[in-house]
Amino acid sequence: MTALAAEHVTLPVLGRLAPHASRVDQVAHIAEAARQIRLQDLKLVHYAGAGHIGGDFSAIDVLATLYGAVLNVTPENVDDPERDRFILSKGHVAGALYTTLAAFGFLPVEELATFLKPLSRLNGHPNRNKVPGVEANTGPLGHGLPIAVGHALSARLDVSPRRTFVLTGDGELQEGSNWEAMMAASQYGLDSLTVIVDRNRLQQGATTRETNDLDPLDAKAAAFGFAVVEVDGHDHGALLDVLSAVPHEPGKPTFVIAHTHKGHPISYMSNNVAWHHKVPDEAQLQQALTELDRAQAQQKQDEVEQASTPTNAEGRPA
Amino acid sequence: MTTTSTTTPAAAPITGPISEQPRFDCRNAYVETLADLAEHDHRIVGVVNDSVGSSKLDAFKKAFPDRLINVGIAEQDMVGVAAGLANGGRIPFVSAASCFLTARALEQIKADVSYSNRNVKLCGMSPGVAYGELGPTHQSIEDIAWLRAIDNMIIVVPADPVETAAAMRWAAEVDGPVFVRVSRMSVPQVYADDYEFVPGRAITVRDGDDVTIISNGTILWRAIAAAEQLEAEGISTRVISMPTVKPLDTEAVIKAARETKGIVTAEESTRAGGLGGAVAETVVAEHPTRVTILGFDEFQPTGSAGFLIDRAGMSPEGIADAARRLVR
Repeated sequence: MTALAAEHVTLPVLGRLAPHASRVDQVAHIAEAARQIRLQDLKLVHYAGAGHIGGDFSAIDVLATLYGAVLNVTPENVDDPERDRFILSKGHVAGALYTTLAAFGFLPVEELATFLKPLSRLNGHPNRNKVPGVEANTGPLGHGLPIAVGHALSARLDVSPRRTFVLTGDGELQEGSNWEAMMAASQYGLDSLTVIVDRNRLQQGATTRETNDLDPLDAKAAAFGFAVVEVDGHDHGALLDVLSAVPHEPGKPTFVIAHTHKGHPISYMSNNVAWHHKVPDEAQLQQALTELDRAQAQQKQDEVEQASTPTNAEGRPA
Repeated sequence: MTTTSTTTPAAAPITGPISEQPRFDCRNAYVETLADLAEHDHRIVGVVNDSVGSSKLDAFKKAFPDRLINVGIAEQDMVGVAAGLANGGRIPFVSAASCFLTARALEQIKADVSYSNRNVKLCGMSPGVAYGELGPTHQSIEDIAWLRAIDNMIIVVPADPVETAAAMRWAAEVDGPVFVRVSRMSVPQVYADDYEFVPGRAITVRDGDDVTIISNGTILWRAIAAAEQLEAEGISTRVISMPTVKPLDTEAVIKAARETKGIVTAEESTRAGGLGGAVAETVVAEHPTRVTILGFDEFQPTGSAGFLIDRAGMSPEGIADAARRLVR
């Protein structure tokens, strides 16, 4: 296997659409970003010989939606105190985060070639002091949600409209610190806070059900005082609608259960517990790249069909 | 960070033995200073784990009801929330019993505060053996050793109310992680009212050239009392106050190793990994000499803080004995 090198970095810089772009255009933009991020991330993990591809692929659609169309965070305002905050609590999907940040211009695309290399700032878990756009040095699980609650409290003290989004894994919710933070979020009525759970139902070596079942997760979050929304975590349009519409109940923090599949949409990875941190070999890489191309063709066809469906003023199917 | 040590200008003008001076609860200086800082800087907030009363923050809560964040009995959340508040530009002073703050939230201190380099002030209340009778679960003799191992963490152990207030004012100014121990044990005033805290700077509170005692926190006055006894016997004793355990004033330590016959360290924490360990690491590398480390070794039995400190050999007599053994 050759080492990760500049020639393996093919990611285009996508940037953001204008705020007034139609929903159809936004969704298409997010879809293309997610596809490009997956293509690139596959190569990162393959050539670096390490990474968390399964969790990367379950989270990429959420990341692409947030950075592509939801967050008020761009390379230009990345130091603005009034920017929205996104905290990646599941820090082990750093490869997906770096690729997303590169796709939206926060760091040079060429730098992805240094992923996991000695002295690279692109460590296996993100470092906010080194990588622009990273808000917290995560990696140990159950840290992001308390940090997000603290930031949401700061926004409230400042009477600022800035929002806080945090993406957690589902297995990660077995850490008690999350529930401590959820109680505080509810006590303080932090409706600028949105928790997104990457509900892929798999943890490192088994299903969440076999390990420490989280269900009924919706009822638990509701009992902790959150407005709970469930969404297909790979449906860009649905994600855009849900994440753009927060808070879903005034006075309550939002808990988005994003139903996902680890390794989505690669046939041999999807929903397969073995792919938590397995590395695709050359044949598997080629197959995955081919499958992503086919998925794109299918998606284009779907878009053509969708475009012929009448829509209302907001761009949603009438 | 190391600066030249100064000789005595910072010492309080006292007459008579230090053990007979009036004593003060440093928590009062802590809350008065925090309220004053908050009055002048809107970024300052308190963060507590239900520890409003034990931190004496009732008045602060009344004055700044929105700026005392009480997350409930949840230390991991408390420190994470502080890191998030700092992300939003606030300066959180986390105020909680040192045993729970440092043990329960150690990973949040490491990852969310130190490694993330967040501007969070961790105030370990009632540390060491302050909760003597409550037993080893509530005693916090390990906190210094735990935090010393973490990169990017300044550790301050003030010795009296003046130094507590000065350290807090400095902590509010500096952008980065700081841990300050705030004792509930009453101590005499050691420093003059105009004392200025400088991080990483030792203060020679008594000069001498036979033997050196290095101490801080609630043990410093006992070290001064020991020096008074030794002086009466003709043993010239240098007492160095080392409020900053990390970064250590290595220059002052090396100078003492060179100029006196040996060093006694005395502190209200474990002998492993505390101030004594830091001094010994420096001495071994730079100028090997004898170092006697006083502190705690075991889970402590029931007893008042004063009883436990005396029992560990840190009564003025105990510290003086350790010093005598080095000069003999």
